[in-house]
Amino acid sequence: MSAGILFALILLVAFSGYFIGRGRSLSVAGGAMADLHSLPSYYGLYIALWVGVPGIFLILVWLFLEPIIIEAMVLSSIPGYETMTEPDRQLALATVRNLAGGIGIREDTSADLLAAASRYTGLNSTSAWMMFAVGMALAAGTLAVTYRHIATEMRARNRVEAIIRFLLVLCSVIAILTTVGIVLSLLFESLRFFARVPPQEFLFGFQWSPQIALRADQAGASGAFGMIPLFAGTLLIGAIAMLVAVPIGLTAAIYLADYAPARVRAIVKPVMEILAGIPTVVYGFFAILTVAPVVRDFGVMLGIDASANSALAAGVVMGVMIVPFVSSLSDDVINAVPQAMRDGSYGLGATKSETIRLVILPAAIPGIVGAVLLAVSRAIGETMIVVMAAGLAANLTVNPFDAVTTVTVQIATLLVGDQEFDSPKTLSVFALGLVLFAVTLCLNVIALRVVRKYREKYE
Amino acid sequence: MSAQTVDAEPMAAVGQAKMTARDVDVYYGEKRALHSVDCDVIENEVLSLIGPSGCGKSTFLRCLNRMNDTIDICRVEGNITLDSQDIYDKELDVVQLRARVGMVFQKPNPFPKSIYDNIAYGPRIHGVSSHKDDLDGIVQRSLEGAGLWQEVKDRLAEPGTGLSGGQQQRLCIARAIAVSPEVILMDEPCSALDPIATAHIEELIDELRQNFTIVIVTHNMQQAARVSQKTAFFHLGELVEHNLTGELFTNPKDERTQGYITGRYG
Amino acid sequence: MSDIAEPTPMGIAQATAGHRDIHQTPEAIARRQRRYRSEARFKYYGIAGIAAAISMLIVLLVSIASESFSAFTQTFVTIDVNIDQATVDPNESGDPAVIGRASFQTLANNTLYALFPDVSDRRDRRALRALLSPGVEFELRRRVMDDPSLVGQTISITVEMSDDFDQLHKGLIDRTLPEAQRRINDLQLSWYDQLVSEGLIETQFNWRFFSGANSRYPELAGIWAALVGSLLTMAVTLGLAFPIGVAAAVYLEEFAPKNWFTDMIEVNINNLAAVPSIVFGLLGLAVFIQFFGMPNSSPLVGGMVIALMTLPTIIIASRAALKAVPPSIREAALGVGASKIQVVSHHVLPLAMPGILTGTIIGMAQALGETAPLLMVGMVIFITSIPSGFTDPSTVLPVQIFSWAGNPERGFVALTSAAIMVLLTFLIVMNALAIYLRKKFERRW
Repeated sequence: MSAGILFALILLVAFSGYFIGRGRSLSVAGGAMADLHSLPSYYGLYIALWVGVPGIFLILVWLFLEPIIIEAMVLSSIPGYETMTEPDRQLALATVRNLAGGIGIREDTSADLLAAASRYTGLNSTSAWMMFAVGMALAAGTLAVTYRHIATEMRARNRVEAIIRFLLVLCSVIAILTTVGIVLSLLFESLRFFARVPPQEFLFGFQWSPQIALRADQAGASGAFGMIPLFAGTLLIGAIAMLVAVPIGLTAAIYLADYAPARVRAIVKPVMEILAGIPTVVYGFFAILTVAPVVRDFGVMLGIDASANSALAAGVVMGVMIVPFVSSLSDDVINAVPQAMRDGSYGLGATKSETIRLVILPAAIPGIVGAVLLAVSRAIGETMIVVMAAGLAANLTVNPFDAVTTVTVQIATLLVGDQEFDSPKTLSVFALGLVLFAVTLCLNVIALRVVRKYREKYE
Repeated sequence: MSAQTVDAEPMAAVGQAKMTARDVDVYYGEKRALHSVDCDVIENEVLSLIGPSGCGKSTFLRCLNRMNDTIDICRVEGNITLDSQDIYDKELDVVQLRARVGMVFQKPNPFPKSIYDNIAYGPRIHGVSSHKDDLDGIVQRSLEGAGLWQEVKDRLAEPGTGLSGGQQQRLCIARAIAVSPEVILMDEPCSALDPIATAHIEELIDELRQNFTIVIVTHNMQQAARVSQKTAFFHLGELVEHNLTGELFTNPKDERTQGYITGRYG
Repeated sequence: MSDIAEPTPMGIAQATAGHRDIHQTPEAIARRQRRYRSEARFKYYGIAGIAAAISMLIVLLVSIASESFSAFTQTFVTIDVNIDQATVDPNESGDPAVIGRASFQTLANNTLYALFPDVSDRRDRRALRALLSPGVEFELRRRVMDDPSLVGQTISITVEMSDDFDQLHKGLIDRTLPEAQRRINDLQLSWYDQLVSEGLIETQFNWRFFSGANSRYPELAGIWAALVGSLLTMAVTLGLAFPIGVAAAVYLEEFAPKNWFTDMIEVNINNLAAVPSIVFGLLGLAVFIQFFGMPNSSPLVGGMVIALMTLPTIIIASRAALKAVPPSIREAALGVGASKIQVVSHHVLPLAMPGILTGTIIGMAQALGETAPLLMVGMVIFITSIPSGFTDPSTVLPVQIFSWAGNPERGFVALTSAAIMVLLTFLIVMNALAIYLRKKFERRW
């Protein structure tokens, strides 16, 4: 909480710094505004930025480093620390944190841990006070220094703009940091997983049962982690989804682009966009509420025993979700084919459908392929529909009436409710996440490249 | 208007009217683009449509094979016939009309297909020929007709978009004649081309006249003088004057025509 | 004009002579008929595609909406409960702590036994107790705690019936089924019928649905806690994603030099826009919760994760809006001696703001419906309290929908549907706002 108070105080100092700077610049100029290099407000901003930005950075860095340093200090103070294994250390830390929070204090709690807990509490409060002191000192210091800088010939505007520019760059870099964060966190945890389960077993294994120990003598491991069935399930549901989405989306896009009167287009396009705006959790519920019973009845009609969590139900609903995605991307692509192509074809006496089938679609194929690849990547990464409507059993099957599970289902269900962070079961989630990220990234890069190439061709 | 009726008599004597336009008005939404145009197109002649930008000459051209249908807000009134048949008749088959009245556009617009497929496109969709040999013959004759055969006969499988601008435009002409139309409409076919390519096309137009009736829109008066037998001058959506090309350029009846051809505006 | 007799150059005659009328032969006409039929078929495919998509949308909305109606009402029963002194406060201490610990369930049970005195069998009595929602205990305690003078008196209270009887009263349980196939046995039916005939059962608007927190009992569950959680989470998301997104867009569109670095940023943004949402959840779990030790299940972490997901949307929309401002405006401002940053902050940004806001609202609407990454950071927890801060454990509306959808009780199907209707209402309002903004500030340069 002290961070919040410090944050507010620094903002307050920065805010007053603005007025101080403005007033100072006016008094330096002796009322002759024309002598100032910049407008008075820039001198104010100069001080405000120099006070506020480093202060806030200090808080963020402090909060970032604080737990790491304190935990290291506390750990090293526990006797026998050198001989502990990494999981033991984590366990000890968790206990200390709990004890410090007043949880789990029992008669038999070791004195060492209690001492560590009180040390932990002490360090935390020291750190909080230090952060407060350092933060206020920094604010006061920058205020004093920048106040002395103010002079008529100082280029306050240029300096303020340099700071703003720096902040803008910083914001842009967040995109890179996010990617780096994703890659690093997935890689790091995956490596811990692969230390327990060999990568080849994970990538090429045909058995996925993270919960059950297959062999009693299998020390450390608590199940089988072969991801082939998950990937097969993902592909099966994805394929069903594409079988629904591509024909509907493409025909709808063609109709909207070349047939629909302006009035129809004006109504139908937004309605299709509603489909795109519906949250996936709603689609998931729709799948279990409406589609799954229909699929089951349909299976009964065909004489097939359909599972309650059939791949078909999940796939069809996912397909419906992707329809607007395919249709709006294809619509763009089809509209990008120049009117001259259409004119050329109509001028020869071709009908609309001939023009579309023989001229426009062949010309638009690369773009449509790109759109479909993006849609496939969507289908593979989609989580909620499959979590709710597909099963948990890792069956290796192509029967759409069977239950299959997917990569995303396993990620979501293995982690939810279970925060035991060292079991291969939990860590496997990150390996799955890494595979998912890599596959969708490849699809996206290829698709975006194809689409861009296509656009350039007609620009 | 009166000038035309006077001219109509001697012109009609020269040949048979392939297409006629009577009292044609065109509107883009509320805006009126053509004002009661009357004009005949004589068989096996080249008719040039000239006039300043925005005068309605392209609009009129696009009325002749109903390409204006592809523009939603465009509305055509009046009467246009092909071989005495009203082409705006509800019963009329637009596909047939466009097969009979072909079109070449301002910018060369070959399809992103091979040279061969570009030419074969029309015959294929119209089902004119079902045999590969027939189709090969049509492709060859059309390319010969457009004076392109010698240049491309060894690379028919290459994309039509890889040709030079002038070659692309001749490809488009070949594509149009492959359908065996009766009339070919050309909308400033040389405006995107260099002088040498233009000369090629102009020669070609003169040769095509033997077998086709041609209407060409041009902003280049020398071109109109070189390639056409008749010329029609449009101004602000009106057909001002329509006469034998030589007559119109040497002895214009209307002072607006006079002004245009002497370069006072346009 | 006697050109037919003349030798024709370059074989045009062969190409066309004799073909003059090829477009008017009977075969040609028949061919065209076929082509027109195929044209009509093709057009029909398009209409069929659109019809399929739209009918799916309608089926979805109708099936969920029709399930949702019953959640907006609740069946109540009015009973007279004797606040028995001996049960509540045997020593007549009047001490609230004593009263608070009393078994009000016993009072409710005794009331039921009194209403149906001939029920004595243990099993039947359990079936009888199932008539009332467990909420009766809380309601009684609240009433007595508010007014301790009620002890020893008999008060009339109107309380929720349990889920099964709520369903029965709404006509969602088929009475004609054999007893073994219904959740309500014949005896219970007769009690219910008696209560109905005495006019003690009534249907009221289900306020608790909007004002309550989660509960294990559908008749007591509400969405308010989840709504507050969503609000807090969205506040964090907006607070982070909007300034950062706009700043990044301004930099990339107005200042960035064309080099490998800015190229990399752009590639990154485009790829992040297509990374599966659950991967962002893993990022949040590994980095924010595991590494930085931020509180699990909190709107703070949830909002940060969603902010990272929404960032690409806002950046892309903002860049499009900035790009739409014509260069002439920038040149005009530069021409009177404004600095680059002044040009942007005084002219370009204000002109682009409607577009940026539109994009932001659409991004926030997506964020509001986002579920999967929030499962990863622990927001799928069962809490019955309303979160009061950014670090309190909380859940959000879509996650609440997800958890309710997994509950077996019949009443939760209606609750889930109703919660979905609320969520969709929010989304529709947000999107309508975006469309309104776009229309209102649409500018033609």
